Amino acid sequence: MKRLSKVFVATVLLIAALGVRAELVIEITQGVDNPTAIAVVPFGWSGTGTPPEDISAVINSDLNRSGQFEPVDRRDMLGFPRTEDEIFYRDWRALSTEYLLIGRVSATEQMRIEYELFDVTRQVQVAQGVEEGPINEARMLAHRVSDAVYQKLTGIPGAFATRLLYVSVTRVPNGRDYFRLTLADSDGARPIVLLESREPVLAPAWSPDGSEIAYVSFETSRPAIYRQNLVTGAREQLTNFKGLNSSPSWSPDGNTMAMVLSKDGSPDIYLMDMASKRLTRATRHYAIDTEPTWMPDGKSLLFTSDRGGRPQIYRYNLQAGSVERVTFDGNYNARARVAQDGRNVVMVTQRSGEFHIALHDLVTDRVTVLTSTQLDESPSIAPNGSMVLYATKQGDRGILAAVSVDGGVKFRLPAREGDVREPAWSPYMSR
Amino acid sequence: MKHLPVAGKAITLLFTALFLVACSGSDTKESEEAAAAAAAAAAAASAAEAEASAAATAEQTRLREAAMAVGNVFYFEFDSSTLTMDAQRSLDAHIAALQGSDATVRLEGHTDERGTRDYNMALGERRANSVRDYMVVNGIASYRIETVSYGEEKPVAYGSGESNWAQNRRVELK
Repeated sequence: MKRLSKVFVATVLLIAALGVRAELVIEITQGVDNPTAIAVVPFGWSGTGTPPEDISAVINSDLNRSGQFEPVDRRDMLGFPRTEDEIFYRDWRALSTEYLLIGRVSATEQMRIEYELFDVTRQVQVAQGVEEGPINEARMLAHRVSDAVYQKLTGIPGAFATRLLYVSVTRVPNGRDYFRLTLADSDGARPIVLLESREPVLAPAWSPDGSEIAYVSFETSRPAIYRQNLVTGAREQLTNFKGLNSSPSWSPDGNTMAMVLSKDGSPDIYLMDMASKRLTRATRHYAIDTEPTWMPDGKSLLFTSDRGGRPQIYRYNLQAGSVERVTFDGNYNARARVAQDGRNVVMVTQRSGEFHIALHDLVTDRVTVLTSTQLDESPSIAPNGSMVLYATKQGDRGILAAVSVDGGVKFRLPAREGDVREPAWSPYMSR
Repeated sequence: MKHLPVAGKAITLLFTALFLVACSGSDTKESEEAAAAAAAAAAAASAAEAEASAAATAEQTRLREAAMAVGNVFYFEFDSSTLTMDAQRSLDAHIAALQGSDATVRLEGHTDERGTRDYNMALGERRANSVRDYMVVNGIASYRIETVSYGEEKPVAYGSGESNWAQNRRVELK
């Protein structure tokens, strides 16, 4: 028992330390009706000193945030088994636990996490695995364990071992605001400021392999599109045209970037060949054409246009050069993002004067409004298609929030300070 | 706005006087007399011109003050880039001031927070262009006007609600 209480102290300290490190806080507001009860037992540690990260706390928080699980509180656990022979199933059944995750962590030069998942009712092991990597990537290794557990129990690949880009703004009354472009883990931890500017920064976008990003910065007193390599830090200005330079969107093969320029008059969609930097004009209309986003097959783009009088989503077919209207429901549908299945489209829709996030099914053309707050924007869909991250307002502050594509799970990620906006969920990262 | 002095005409007159001096015959006395006359004429002309230029400067100052009095921000209705009558009247004052100078201006288009950011970026440009077009139609050369849209990125009023939004839907002339 004495050893146990020490573990608790270490745990509390670690959680406190993590809290300080994350800029975003997570508040789960709605989960599924019958979440799966899972106990994530504190993993055994066999390295020297204290473990660099509370691996099981990271996994516990991931599963909890998904809304699909109801983790058992550590303080209710009657023991912390590290291996199968230490498990007393009766204890876990008493806590109504359906699944039990145990594991062992060791670290010398690399960190190694071994984990085992048990079905408490059937008293059998249902999954096991090992994650290995650099010690400073301990949290990412933990997220990979979450991904494996999530996939085993829901049938859907997890998206915890991914990252987020977002823009935060610190207001300076009667002065110029601070704009920051930040990269963080999918749970908001380990934030890194990639760019800080006194002029607006917006529209962050990922390259398909997750190694590069693109965004718009006004640092030259005019908008320009930049690309930045997350590995080398190399930064390149891609455009500097008169008028708009906005909405960069990388093609799925990484060879082309769609963007919005108004150098030839009205805002139109252009395609830049990333190797030669040559531009091709895709749309040609006196109305506003903006917010291009690629379909996963790379053969067409969705974009917003008010060519019909009000903003609606249209589709541009690259081969045919043709444009067709996609949305007809409501008088304001804009800024589409497509799930990897090529079917679910999330967008901003206006209903009774309020702006919500909606899901448009491209197969059935059914539209489902997912959110009920009034100034929701910038939806970004997880690479596994399960959750939509978006920006909204809480009081006068901009915050991030998330909703599952079926509307059943909701959580908020308010920042400790400033306004947060324009989340961009990364693709799956190559290892 | 950058204001440059209106000195062009005075310089032209002075050159005309000097040209007359240079062309006024071979006789030295005559030419001296002519030179004296020309100098007097030039002096008179420059005095008149100085007076005229002082009057022009005064007029320019008056126009500039009138333009400053109406303010340099023009407001728009929701999702609209059409100039209101109020905005046109304010702009007329600026156009009058600009016509007597060769200052350049920067028009910054802004929107309120409603709607998507990139669509608003385009809407802000439409607003700035609509102010530019009005100025060009009224005689200000387009090369003197730079437009840039900030969309909803630089609000002057941070809160929500129409009273804040109305302040943010604007074009600023700088």
